[in-house]
Amino acid sequence: MAKLTLSEEQYIELYGPTPNRSPTYDFHDGEPDKLVKTHCCFCGVQCGIQLKVKYNKVIGFEPWDEFPVNQGKLCPKGVLRYMQNDHPDRLLSPLIRTEDGFRAAGWYESLNKTADSLKAIQDKHGKDAVAFLGGASMTNEKAYLNGKFARIALQTANIDYNGRLCMVSAGAANRMAFGVDRAANPWSDILLAKTIILTGTNLAECFPILTDYVWRARDNGAKIIVIDPRITPIGRTADLFLPVRPGRDSALANGILHVMIERGWTDEKFIAEHTHDFDKVRELVKKYTPEVTEKLSGVPAKNIIKAAEMWGPAETSMLLHARGIEHHTKGVENVLTYINLVLATGRIGKPGCGYGTITGQGNGQGGREHGQRCNQLPGGRDINKPEHRQFIADFWKIPEPELPKQGLTACEIIDAIERGEIKGLLSISINPLVSIPDSNRTRAALEKLEFFACIDFFLSETARYADVVLAGSLQEEDEGTVTTGEGRCVRLRNSVPPPVDARVDWWIIRELAKRLGKEKWFNYSKAEEIFDELAAASKGGPIDYSGMTYEKIENNMGIFWPCPAPEHPGTPRLFEGGKFHHPDGKAKFHAYEYRPPAEDVDVEYPIFFTTGRVVSQYLSGTQTRRIGALVDQYPEPLCEIHPLLATKLGIENRDMVKVSTRRGEITLPALVVQTIRPDTIFIPYHWAGKKAANQVTNRVLDPISKIPEFKVCACRLEKVAAPPAKANAAWPPVSLENK
Amino acid sequence: MNTAFQGNEFFLDPSRCIGCKACVQACAECGTHRGQSMIHLEYVHRATGVQTAPVVCMHCEDPTCARVCPADAIKQDDHGIVHSAAKPRCVACSNCVIACPFGVPKMKVELDLMMKCDMCYDRTSVGKKPMCATVCPSGALYYGPRETIGNLRRETPVNEFQFGRQTVRTKVNIMTAPDVKALPFEVLDFLPWEGKDFDPFELSRPGAPDAASAAVWDDAGLGPRCSGNCTCH
Repeated sequence: MAKLTLSEEQYIELYGPTPNRSPTYDFHDGEPDKLVKTHCCFCGVQCGIQLKVKYNKVIGFEPWDEFPVNQGKLCPKGVLRYMQNDHPDRLLSPLIRTEDGFRAAGWYESLNKTADSLKAIQDKHGKDAVAFLGGASMTNEKAYLNGKFARIALQTANIDYNGRLCMVSAGAANRMAFGVDRAANPWSDILLAKTIILTGTNLAECFPILTDYVWRARDNGAKIIVIDPRITPIGRTADLFLPVRPGRDSALANGILHVMIERGWTDEKFIAEHTHDFDKVRELVKKYTPEVTEKLSGVPAKNIIKAAEMWGPAETSMLLHARGIEHHTKGVENVLTYINLVLATGRIGKPGCGYGTITGQGNGQGGREHGQRCNQLPGGRDINKPEHRQFIADFWKIPEPELPKQGLTACEIIDAIERGEIKGLLSISINPLVSIPDSNRTRAALEKLEFFACIDFFLSETARYADVVLAGSLQEEDEGTVTTGEGRCVRLRNSVPPPVDARVDWWIIRELAKRLGKEKWFNYSKAEEIFDELAAASKGGPIDYSGMTYEKIENNMGIFWPCPAPEHPGTPRLFEGGKFHHPDGKAKFHAYEYRPPAEDVDVEYPIFFTTGRVVSQYLSGTQTRRIGALVDQYPEPLCEIHPLLATKLGIENRDMVKVSTRRGEITLPALVVQTIRPDTIFIPYHWAGKKAANQVTNRVLDPISKIPEFKVCACRLEKVAAPPAKANAAWPPVSLENK
Repeated sequence: MNTAFQGNEFFLDPSRCIGCKACVQACAECGTHRGQSMIHLEYVHRATGVQTAPVVCMHCEDPTCARVCPADAIKQDDHGIVHSAAKPRCVACSNCVIACPFGVPKMKVELDLMMKCDMCYDRTSVGKKPMCATVCPSGALYYGPRETIGNLRRETPVNEFQFGRQTVRTKVNIMTAPDVKALPFEVLDFLPWEGKDFDPFELSRPGAPDAASAAVWDDAGLGPRCSGNCTCH
């Protein structure tokens, strides 16, 4: 049983997170040996950047002005992303678990042990007793390879990925409404929009580059509507700010549509010719009058009307959303009710008119396309559709019945481990101990695993529980492609080889497949061969890359899918001419009644809890908590509390407070600010252990997308008897004044 | 226009700052800065808002920092760039820190040296953009020709400031609203709890979860009740 054998401090001492403050070679240590044009490893913008390489180490960066999406711009994570390759915590060889921590091991022993242990579990308990968990910060090549490895080499149905915690609600809703899962427009369409709705997206902190697009649209006369329980940096500058109560998004969208219908701001011709089921929606939203919607959503009726007035008659418009409406037990419903606002105006598939979900992970788009999800096969194919199964079985040259059926989703895999049904786990680039809600239960599950192998470049908090850690590659240590939030497949360049005895990830997977007797399916000698295979596998599928090659992608600074033939230029804007991807070419409206979150406030737990990100950290922090200057920017989680609530509870700024829910508790400093709803508190989630926001969140899943409800649960808040938190670089005494 | 900068100028628009500190981090990466950031960025008043302000040197025509320096350590070059204090001369007295009307210089206590923004002179003098203005993701810091920014934005640049009886002219421009009356939006007007006795526990009634929200439906009678003209609300 995988109990930890060292103390928290010992793990940190040996494996970090160590906040790195400078590369080994001094700043500006002469001219670099080369500049490599590649992309940032963090969010779904995938900013172009040039990495400075000297002595086979990444030692800095230069802006890459020519890449059209960001034109040299970067956020602080992008500026400092280079600090990972030459980092004291970098795993330099495989590790094998011992009585007291880990010992360095060779590849022969580590790979054999991993393959033998997984095989032993499967022989005894069946194929599905081993699960595979992947990530969406990896290349398209690895996403494809993970799916193929799980289905052919492990033959398990239970493969899923951390996109299940991220954008699956949007993906499912997009498929239901449009018949395809991709942002409908290139970001450049934002510049042409006259009204922009940003709902549930802390855009300026999580996708900073798009701020400039939104503000350039405003320079052109656009009106901006921001919908969020907090005044985020993008909310500060909104023309209309709607402070929605957590968990009430679908009510608010229905209320806005109500007013639009009343005022005649619907495009009846478009609705009749290009959509289904608007009548059901029209009927449903009749009762969502501004007063009713105000009571449900906490947004003043006059501003609901104002939103409709700004959105309804606009000449052009874009609606963008992110996890704020997706991380709910009705995440899919929330997205679909907002899509109704777009479809009702007919403003989609035209310049400056459209819709998009903002993917938080580096390959949030591509990572969900090529078959590393439990219900999906390459090319965005459906594992439950007989013709899709047959196509991929033939492509892989295996009998169709041998292709596993749909397995469990990410959170369900953790649940099944906890129940003892899944006994072996292979993971890559995922840190569920930090990223999955109810982390006390995640910990209990990890402790139950009979065998756990983990491929990663740093020892994440989850990897501490592994029996074998296989030292893999950073983004800059391999070739590959990623598909950005706008559906543009871009090329990542290998800048440096993996250090010492670390290896590129696809080599590790290939070697494991070899040991599981499936070598002939994984005989790759470079990443490009995997790309060519995934492109061929996608031919004719809902997500078609078959016309792409590395050369074509490089020459065009990225290609938007679908790209079904070598001469095809790619498809930056979907749905032109009102042609959607359902078989009949029409889009679908969906009528969803508002329903409350899984756990709502009551007398015992009277305050809404919500979570999210800060600009200086990325996801579970495995990378960004290891970069000193980013750590200094926001060193520890803080609990944002409105002064009205703080006063009621006798809490002052920097006081230590305890937040508790039915699942756990967390104690941390208060940040008393007027920028949050008074009935709601917020804690960012990037930290581990006692600082993890996911100790208190609720692991209840959306019935369709199986995304957990990160964004709303009920909590108690109290001041604890401890001295207030000290000032630090991020919160110097002067900024703590709180009049 | 100064030929060393090929017609490019620096424009600062704090209203576009999102507080991400990409500028602060990138400043440290400029070749000659050797890991030291020369600029800073602070919340204006975090308790009431998220407005932040990036502080780069304004490069005054007649720099107050240099005038008050007792050691003559702060030099302005031929291109109008005001540099960090010269290490052999700086006595770390902090006169410049106190005197600068824009709050730019910072005393690096560990180095006993005042260091400040030099507009990435090693980059700008060879036709590159300063690091901070290159990376700024939201256009709060902009470096380029005056005509270009004039075409892009509604705000107008100014580089003359009045501090009491002192008029300060600067190399760096600050973008200001063309007409303040055209930007009447005050975010706080949209917050329903402002100026009211808002009860944060409003929804926390006994009973089943979301009892309060369910009750809303009773009030509404669950039928179509709209008057047909929503402006009446």
